[in-house]
Amino acid sequence: MTTHAAFIAAAYAITALVVAGLILRAYLDHRVQQQALAELEARGAGRRSRRG
Amino acid sequence: MIRDLANPSRFMAYSGRLLPWLAGAAALALGVGLYMTWFTVPADYQQGETVRIMYLHVPAAWLSLFFYATMAASALGTLVWRHPLADVSQKAAAPIGAAFTFICLVTGSLWGKPMWGTYWQWDARLTSMLVMLLIYLGIMALWRAIEEPSRAARAVSILTLVGAVNVPIVKFSVDWWNTLHQPASVFRLGGPTIHSSMLIPLLVMALGFTLLGVTLHLSGMRTEILRRRVRTLTILEAERLDAQAA
Repeated sequence: MTTHAAFIAAAYAITALVVAGLILRAYLDHRVQQQALAELEARGAGRRSRRG
Repeated sequence: MIRDLANPSRFMAYSGRLLPWLAGAAALALGVGLYMTWFTVPADYQQGETVRIMYLHVPAAWLSLFFYATMAASALGTLVWRHPLADVSQKAAAPIGAAFTFICLVTGSLWGKPMWGTYWQWDARLTSMLVMLLIYLGIMALWRAIEEPSRAARAVSILTLVGAVNVPIVKFSVDWWNTLHQPASVFRLGGPTIHSSMLIPLLVMALGFTLLGVTLHLSGMRTEILRRRVRTLTILEAERLDAQAA
């Protein structure tokens, strides 16, 4: 490999980390919102209060 | 089509079907692109092996501008046409654009050290790109600062459109000023100046990055729609409990 291998490896490693972070964040955030929505629906949060 | 997708439930149904195909296409394009980058691309006659950083740096730079343009178009959608998904698109695009801008700056810096002898230079291209990252971060902070989504969307739209002035500055900085950064070598009037053995892998990587970005954007929009449903249901539940207590 070249004398600049460390620069090339660092560029690929940092890009991989940032992309992995983006994917993980997207997955976890979606799961959290899905769970919160399921819990609210199970509690009947969408029902309106009775009038009168 | 755009009016059809204005209904969030319809958008969730369409995007849910599209997402696995987009993710698969992104993985395939990135796999092929990385294979070409590591195993078939020749070393540059001047830059040697460090030219392999270009296959990350250039697509990241393009996507940084692409997502800012997406946010600016969505900002117009929010302010002018009041499209119900425009601000959802704006909010989902910001962290993805910021991440690609960060990748562009870091990989550029790691490429600059062996080629220019420095990690950083306050020249027009590098500085305008740093300004773009700061604008992205400011937009993300503003989204968090205002709780009510439609009020936040209006404020963010104005900031996004003001910040859009920086997009042509980034693109044309290498033509307008005397910079250390090289001028455009792919999207230029006289055609690309890169040999096809390097251009094709670069375009494959750009396609992979774009598909990945669009996948993440759609996924982020779906999550934002869920977040707003959660917010609405939480408010409704609180109102119902208040009414019962009264």
